[in-house]
Amino acid sequence: MSDSRGEDSPVLTTSAEGRSVAGGGAHAAPSPAGPAARASSSSVRRKRNSDWRKPLEIAVLAGPGIILFLMFVIFPVVMAAYYGFFKWKGFGPPTDFVGLQNYVTILTDPVFHDALKHNGFIVVMSLVMQGPVAVGLALLINQKMRGRSLVRVLIFVPYVVSEVIVGTGWSLMLATNGAVNDLLVKIGLEGWTVDWLADPSVAIWSLMIIITWKYIGFAVILFLAGMQSIPEELAEASAIDGASYWQTQRRITLPLLGPTIRIWAFLSIIGSLQLFDLVYIIWGQYVAATAGTSTMATYMVAEGRNAGNFGFGNAVAVLLFLISLIIALTYQRFVLRRDTEGALTEGKK
Amino acid sequence: MAAITAPAPARARRPRRNAGLHKVNPVVYLVAFLLVGVCIAPVLYIIIGGFRTNAEITQDPSGFPSTWQVSNYADVLSSSLFWQQAGNSLFVGVLTTAGVVVLGVMASFVLARYTFFGRGAMYSLFAAGLMFPMTVAVTPLYIMIRSLGLMNSLAGIILPQIAFALPVTVIILVPFLRAIPKELEEAASIDGASRLGFFFRMVVPLSVPGVVTVGILAFVASWNSYMLPLFILNSESSYTLPLGVQSFASQYSVDTARVLAFTSLSMIPALVFFSLFERRIVGGLTGAVKG
Repeated sequence: MSDSRGEDSPVLTTSAEGRSVAGGGAHAAPSPAGPAARASSSSVRRKRNSDWRKPLEIAVLAGPGIILFLMFVIFPVVMAAYYGFFKWKGFGPPTDFVGLQNYVTILTDPVFHDALKHNGFIVVMSLVMQGPVAVGLALLINQKMRGRSLVRVLIFVPYVVSEVIVGTGWSLMLATNGAVNDLLVKIGLEGWTVDWLADPSVAIWSLMIIITWKYIGFAVILFLAGMQSIPEELAEASAIDGASYWQTQRRITLPLLGPTIRIWAFLSIIGSLQLFDLVYIIWGQYVAATAGTSTMATYMVAEGRNAGNFGFGNAVAVLLFLISLIIALTYQRFVLRRDTEGALTEGKK
Repeated sequence: MAAITAPAPARARRPRRNAGLHKVNPVVYLVAFLLVGVCIAPVLYIIIGGFRTNAEITQDPSGFPSTWQVSNYADVLSSSLFWQQAGNSLFVGVLTTAGVVVLGVMASFVLARYTFFGRGAMYSLFAAGLMFPMTVAVTPLYIMIRSLGLMNSLAGIILPQIAFALPVTVIILVPFLRAIPKELEEAASIDGASRLGFFFRMVVPLSVPGVVTVGILAFVASWNSYMLPLFILNSESSYTLPLGVQSFASQYSVDTARVLAFTSLSMIPALVFFSLFERRIVGGLTGAVKG
């Protein structure tokens, strides 16, 4: 790990282009007439061959990936939509068609309403708690300072550690007689000790603390990556014009960071809606509902697979998908449109 | 804490640093230090806790070990179950990464360098895959894996994981491969290389930086994957480490120190792997964010 951040960040484009210029020049130089003649003869041959070669190459190269993708991603989701209409215990083919009954049950279940509320809370609070702090931290760390690369590695540690480890560690620390309460007593804040995990009015905040801790590093790194692609000349020019450091950040860096922030928010929203691992590991399937931290995904697993009601579980999955899809499409339509033009509407490019 | 700050000054290149536009405020260092502290304190708690005794942990949950006990770690390291589960995780991680890289590069190459009817649709298909996270598909996936007879087998985890990692891989790699200039392909073709020859001789070597990013993300995701193994694996000997940690933690819930030791050991590979290649990931993300 050498400490040379500036040089290697735009890896992709420079390395590819740099080499190509050299390569192209070397090939073209030796005999200008020869290659041209050869090229024309070979292109005739190529034309005849390409009739069958090109589709074959496409099939061989892209085929395996597409088949695997359709089989294990698209097909199960389609089947979920189908299974969702049945009352089905998961054995043999589903036969007990119940129409929309599963959906009616879910949508009128107060337990699901709670889960939905918790998801909504997590979506909003994740944005509010992580966004501003992460931007601030990224701005701080983006300065030329000693040990910057080490800081970057270390703040990414929580993101790399698995949810199971985070859940196990934090549930021990936040236990009633765990390290956090003990520490609070030691520093004289006895009044602050609470039942972090079991008290329903506190539990969701504990969850937010853990989520913030685990995922803020990702936001910071994403923002840092975004800042790397802002040309340094802009900051230099504004410094020459007499702008202070923070003025430069506010007038130049932040506006140019907009696309990155919007993409981060998108990823954060989708992740919050799908949240499962942390809640399920820390609170388990039964406690989550009573501790006030259940999410749509834990509801799905508890009421679906664990209860053996596969038709019902699939219906929850479909609802979860539709809710995520609607939110994602709305977000893309109104917020991300400028940024993703070309990225998602690929064909035109 | 000394370990955190010590290596940094040695590595910093002073001449370049000092050429910066302004002097860095000491407050910046303080904030960075606090941030790092908050980030790694819980992880240190887990690691240090593994060196304590249960009695100590019960009496003084937030203290340091009075004497550093190695026995917890030694116990875990001498248990065959830990190595079995670590082996499972490694096997799944390596095969998932290999599958993602090979299939991802091939599919991305087609999307980036061929013009054909349906290319836009194919790209949209993969892009739409980003909207199908594991959570949504896991229930029907479980039924499908069961009917394929892959329950409780590592293949039942590897195949879906490859499939679910493909969208991100394609999204990251396509712009990468498209950035390889057309002239390079023409030059190769003038020299008599076919499109496939161009793929193997030029594209594969040139795409290494992107592939490394994608590969690390796939490996770390696989190493930490919880939900799919939870559905598919049902015996301790086929568990991957996340499931192993969880079942160990519930089995030995009174033996907190040993649970902490087991937990610490299971996070080492992902941490080592990640910190070795961290720079590459940020580099790769820089490209992806730029679009």
